[in-house]
Amino acid sequence: MSTGTESEVESELTQPASGADEAELEALLGDRAIAREEHLNAPGFVINPNDVQAVLSDLRDEAGYDHLSCVTAQQYEDRYESIYHLKKFADPTDELSIVVPTTTENPVSQSAEPVFRTADWHEREAYDLIGVEYEGHPDLRRILLPETWQGHPLSGDYDQEKPQLVTLTEHQNPIQPDHREADSDTMFLNIGPHHPATHGVLHVETVLDGETVADVEPDIGYLHRCEEQMCQSGTYRHQIMPYPDRWDYVSAGLLNEWAYARAIEDLADVEVPEYAQVIRTMGAELCRIASHMLALGTFALDVYGEFTATFMYTFRDREVIQDLLEDLTGQRMMFNYFRVGGVAWDLPEPREEFFAQARDFLDELPAKVAEYHDLITGNEIFQTRCIDTGVLEPDVAKSYGCTGPVVRGSGVDYDLRRDDPYGYYDQLDWDVITRDGCDNYARVLCRMEEVEESAKIIEQCLDLLEEWPEDERDVQANVPRTLKPDADTEIYRAVEGAKGELGIYIRSDGTDKPGRFKIRSPCFSNLQALAEMSEGEYIPDLIASLGSLDIVLGEVDR
Amino acid sequence: MSSDEPQQTIHDSTAPSTDTREARIGEGVDDRFNSRLREAFGASPFILTKFDEFMNWVRGNSMFMLQFGIACCSIEMMHTYAIKHDLDRFGAGVPRASPRQADVMIVPGTIVSKFGPRMKRVYDQMPEPKFVVGMGSCTISGGPFQEGYNVVKGAEEIIPIDIHVPGCPPRPEALIYGVLKLQERIKNGESSAVVVKPYELEEFGDLPKDELVQKLADQIDEDDLVMRYNWADSP
Repeated sequence: MSTGTESEVESELTQPASGADEAELEALLGDRAIAREEHLNAPGFVINPNDVQAVLSDLRDEAGYDHLSCVTAQQYEDRYESIYHLKKFADPTDELSIVVPTTTENPVSQSAEPVFRTADWHEREAYDLIGVEYEGHPDLRRILLPETWQGHPLSGDYDQEKPQLVTLTEHQNPIQPDHREADSDTMFLNIGPHHPATHGVLHVETVLDGETVADVEPDIGYLHRCEEQMCQSGTYRHQIMPYPDRWDYVSAGLLNEWAYARAIEDLADVEVPEYAQVIRTMGAELCRIASHMLALGTFALDVYGEFTATFMYTFRDREVIQDLLEDLTGQRMMFNYFRVGGVAWDLPEPREEFFAQARDFLDELPAKVAEYHDLITGNEIFQTRCIDTGVLEPDVAKSYGCTGPVVRGSGVDYDLRRDDPYGYYDQLDWDVITRDGCDNYARVLCRMEEVEESAKIIEQCLDLLEEWPEDERDVQANVPRTLKPDADTEIYRAVEGAKGELGIYIRSDGTDKPGRFKIRSPCFSNLQALAEMSEGEYIPDLIASLGSLDIVLGEVDR
Repeated sequence: MSSDEPQQTIHDSTAPSTDTREARIGEGVDDRFNSRLREAFGASPFILTKFDEFMNWVRGNSMFMLQFGIACCSIEMMHTYAIKHDLDRFGAGVPRASPRQADVMIVPGTIVSKFGPRMKRVYDQMPEPKFVVGMGSCTISGGPFQEGYNVVKGAEEIIPIDIHVPGCPPRPEALIYGVLKLQERIKNGESSAVVVKPYELEEFGDLPKDELVQKLADQIDEDDLVMRYNWADSP
């Protein structure tokens, strides 16, 4: 959003604030706020690049904005801009955007890393893709692209046709360069990028002291598929929706589609029919169960190498859910079922058959969950592996911007479905699951109990859908063929994905394509906490911690 | 009588029953070893074939797959291995975690620039003869991400591929069909020609000294392996 001329800035400053809070914030920031901006989701303050740390730490300590949800960087014709999207864990609807413009010639801005640990990776990503440099950042390297990459692909003047070189060299032990020395007692170990325990193409550079983990550095970017670029080159109406399915591809497609649907519907002011919201809620929760089942199955695989029983059991249940979702959407995994303003079509005919199948699944679920508890959580070996390993204290989790079952397993009661309601969630009866264990075991239990809560939600949705009057079954709102939101409107919206807070920032530029499309991925933030959870523990606990974070590389790398 | 008490009496003879084996089996081979194939051979337990054909037949029916998950398709690949679809029915259900034990590599996902050299290395580590199934649109052309600045336009730019399974992602049934087609090809002794691909691992010192190479000269050693992506030449 352009800050405009002096008079415009003045008029924005004198606008009636949306609450007493904003006056307090203005007082807190004082002269450091050089201008105001209005984003659709939150008020914005423009600050100088040298004040970032002071402003963010004041906002965290004095005003309670303790959740740095996302850092968006973008290039305008005349400047670079970093936006810090702040929230409160206690109330995520209380949002604030801190906008930090820097000049094109010298895009240097102070790093927020000393205030929020999560800014570490977010700023590295901004540097990698956009080219903003962060002063005082402990380790400003490329994160998604190879280190030998030339240029910053999402900046204005990038030429995609230019050749690039990528090296295949041995990784160096950051603690001790040559571990073959006689008096050396640390060993450097590469886990991945091709390794069964990394859930994809993650590369974990590990330094071991005996069997203890001395240093961990996740190296990501092996699946960086330019999702943001793809979304920026698609039109709002239909061309973007297929991509969210491919961020978190563990059958969590509808949850991801909802993130985009929510952002664009709020941006373009589209009202979704209630009936469509109920279908969305039901579909999304089916996806959550499928996703948690996979998390459970692969976690069992990681922790006790169980390819035969638990893994197969969870896949049996996933097959049932995928059949249901296929009936609903027409696809097993990449649903592309949501539309801007609703869903693609109504429930499959005959409806009774779909309801019967869905209810059969729900009826069988409690017995299956009991079976999992017998097989997994009640297993002594499993408990030894999981209890008190991979400990993540709530304050640390907050500082890393962890969300979803990871933060709920650390006792932080934070779930956007309840705290920032969307869809039909606020009218249904269900609970947010939290666990105080802070360890791998708590995170697993959290997921398993969430499966039961999701089943409760689905059941209520089925009841609603069954009784919905036939002539009021609107699946889509009336949305124009081409969506062109007003230029320079900005919005950041998040939903509760399977892994946590999945947010999307869109800036419109007056055309039918987004000017900037930024994805805040929960796994990206969650994975950062891995070092905190596993350093000083044994190497098998590192694998268990990685499994309990339940990352999906498609979403980490985007 | 409970089993923990010692048995007092022995009713039958304790002599070794060496004479009963023939009597038990009767004429011909043991029933338990019989099969359709054995029946077809009839009285003669010998067949005459070319060694190569025999080896190809064996190879096709016992394929060790590489456990290789990249992206979305790997989830469908796991479903193919798992219950319901059960790829093991076709003698191809033992995923090996090490490329050195594997015969077949299913490439299930998008290959991006950073992963290209790693995939090439994993492929090189597999022992000959080796086969590759490309799973999904991304391995054919880059799929939905083809326009991306970082996406290799198909796995075939880097390694030879025997079977392409289209889809985004392909259903497990489609992957099974692809694997069966590969079995068929292996049994017939067919495989894709291994030729030099557009993107090869080369020593940095061997590259022509153009602008990019000169720029990176102080970062990369002469004998480091590099992969050079000429995006403008990509299909």
